[in-house]
Amino acid sequence: MQLVKRRPLPPQLTRVRAGGLLPLLAILAVLLVLVAVRQPDFLAPASLMSFLGRSAPIILLAAGQYFVIVSGEFDLSVGSLVTAQVVVAARLIDSDPSRTWPVVLVLLAGGVLVGLVNGLITTRLRVPSFITTLGMFLILVGAVYLWSNGAPKGGLSEEFRRFGRRAFEDVPVFGRVPYALVVLLVLATLAVLLMRSDFGRILVAVGDNARTAELSGARVRRTRTIAFMLSGLAAAVAAILIGGYSGVSFQAGAGLEFGAITAVVLGGVALGGGRGSVVGAMLGALTLELLFTLMNFYGVSGALRPTVQGAIILFAVAVSSRRSTSR
Amino acid sequence: MKRRMAATAALLLVSLVGCATDEPAATPSDGSSAPPAGAGTGEQSKFFVQADYDNELALLDAAPTGPADKPWEQVLNPKMVDTAKFKKDGPYKICFSNAALNNPWRQVGFKTMQAEVEAQGDRISEFVHVDAEGKDQKQIADINDLLGKGCDALIVSPNTTATLTPAVTAACDAGLPVIVFDRGVDTDCPVTFINPIGGYGFGHVGAEFVSQQMKPGGKVLALRILPGVDVLETRWSAAKVAFDKAQVDVVGVEFTDGDPAKTKKIVNDYIQRHGTIDGVWMDAGAVAVAAVEAFQDAGQPVPPINGEDQLDFLKMWKDEGLTAIAPTYPTYQWRTPIIAALRILDGQQVSDPWKLPQPTITQENLDSYLDPNMPPLHYAMCGCTDLPGYPQRWK
Repeated sequence: MQLVKRRPLPPQLTRVRAGGLLPLLAILAVLLVLVAVRQPDFLAPASLMSFLGRSAPIILLAAGQYFVIVSGEFDLSVGSLVTAQVVVAARLIDSDPSRTWPVVLVLLAGGVLVGLVNGLITTRLRVPSFITTLGMFLILVGAVYLWSNGAPKGGLSEEFRRFGRRAFEDVPVFGRVPYALVVLLVLATLAVLLMRSDFGRILVAVGDNARTAELSGARVRRTRTIAFMLSGLAAAVAAILIGGYSGVSFQAGAGLEFGAITAVVLGGVALGGGRGSVVGAMLGALTLELLFTLMNFYGVSGALRPTVQGAIILFAVAVSSRRSTSR
Repeated sequence: MKRRMAATAALLLVSLVGCATDEPAATPSDGSSAPPAGAGTGEQSKFFVQADYDNELALLDAAPTGPADKPWEQVLNPKMVDTAKFKKDGPYKICFSNAALNNPWRQVGFKTMQAEVEAQGDRISEFVHVDAEGKDQKQIADINDLLGKGCDALIVSPNTTATLTPAVTAACDAGLPVIVFDRGVDTDCPVTFINPIGGYGFGHVGAEFVSQQMKPGGKVLALRILPGVDVLETRWSAAKVAFDKAQVDVVGVEFTDGDPAKTKKIVNDYIQRHGTIDGVWMDAGAVAVAAVEAFQDAGQPVPPINGEDQLDFLKMWKDEGLTAIAPTYPTYQWRTPIIAALRILDGQQVSDPWKLPQPTITQENLDSYLDPNMPPLHYAMCGCTDLPGYPQRWK
């Protein structure tokens, strides 16, 4: 709140810069060309589909993070939330197929609940979201550690894992369409529709200038809390897909919060809120994943990924703040 | 170019981790004995000690003494030491300072140890366990605390070698028998040091199998958990020697952090980059299943691979008919310290070092280790089937 107040009043509430996606699309196109030169096979439907399927969790997390960031807050808890959910799912399912669907519901509800707590602490207790979600991050890491004694127990059922691992086979043209990709497309469509609804406009307005939004009758605290709940929900879906893809892991969600924030920033969304689109955030995640794939094809060590990610965050934020001060 | 960049990054990682942790005082090899780097395996690890390597490989073929059906009581090349000065009347209070419980291997091991304590219940009046949670400083304090608690014997599983040595020395000076197992310390003051053959043996068995079973001239991917830890460095350095000798093309040596998600991604990356991978070597079996899944999901046959004795891998091996082998770092070694403590307090001779056999699971004996009723993260080589509370305690 303090931060928002200190900023000079931006002229418009919801005007999204025309052509905001263009630079990103250009980067994406360049990366695609580079990939095509190096590894033409990659663009074949089968491997492209599996790439999109594997990227679905981070794209969903970027969308979730977008809701929070565009409303002027941060969510650093999503990575540890994913880890917690995967570990909890393994323990609850304990390799029993009949528990799959109830546990899926528990996870989704759990994600929303964590988001609700984040939102309430941030908006009602006026703790900066950076601190709230960092605290939640540590609480979840500690709780999972305590609960599991540092080693995951139980196991995920094949039924649970298929969401992240299996695909619709023999689809015309595309060949093999991963379930994860279908889940992604459905949720991405819902996210776009949501941002076009009244709620979406209010969310951006709140992030742009909370005071003005409040004076215009928007319920700022409720809107931001809902944004956190959406982020928690996205983390829950991502956890289901990631757990399905790779099985129980104590590091299932490690570093995902930074991946999601990098993607959102790369997607042209302003940190501090008020500017950017959810499509941009999701394309940002896709670009990031494509960049990592390209690095792999050129034999760059995976160990460099965090470095690249850090450089992107710094660069993108620097560029966007130059733009916003010079306009 | 590619390879050089990867190697540089790996070196950087190694040196970073080397700075951050205490280095075990393994004397680096003089370099002249190291085979030439080639074949993509990079420089030999600075943890490599030729004499230890030769010794461990010899132990792989050594015949153990002791009861054949109880490998946790067996010893390779025993060197008995006198313990008469520790003899006293029971029942005893036995204390255990544990480095950590933070992975399934240690969880299974500790349950096995608790069951052994229960089995020896008439001779042990009290068993005190303190978990250092993977922190050196906590373990130093733990050992210090235990010295004031009237323990009749102290068992230590050290977190790191160099840092814990003074604490263990202090415990020896306090006059009670000290037994060290799993990771070692830089002092011979403990009555005995118990561990299986070790990392060179583990790494060698897997690498030899993979290079023999894969198609000639094929590409091998080596997956390691993390650099800079002595027990894991020895595994890799022995594998490197085996791969160099067999002139295998090692296309990558990657660190997985023991994380299935990361492992699956790395293996998938390599399949995409190279088209096919013809052999997979790993320094620990925890992520073997994830590696196998990466091949399945890519619609490719699973190449010869080594895992460990974790049941998820053994089950997959059997179900999918893999070409696989499982060298082990047996969890039954957690039984031995209790047995050793009781023998020492009886004044019986024990071997120092107490080298335990390190069995390998192969296609031939797979069925005898695969119990489908045990949980996926259980270790088959627990030697626990005759202990109280089996199987429920380990589930």
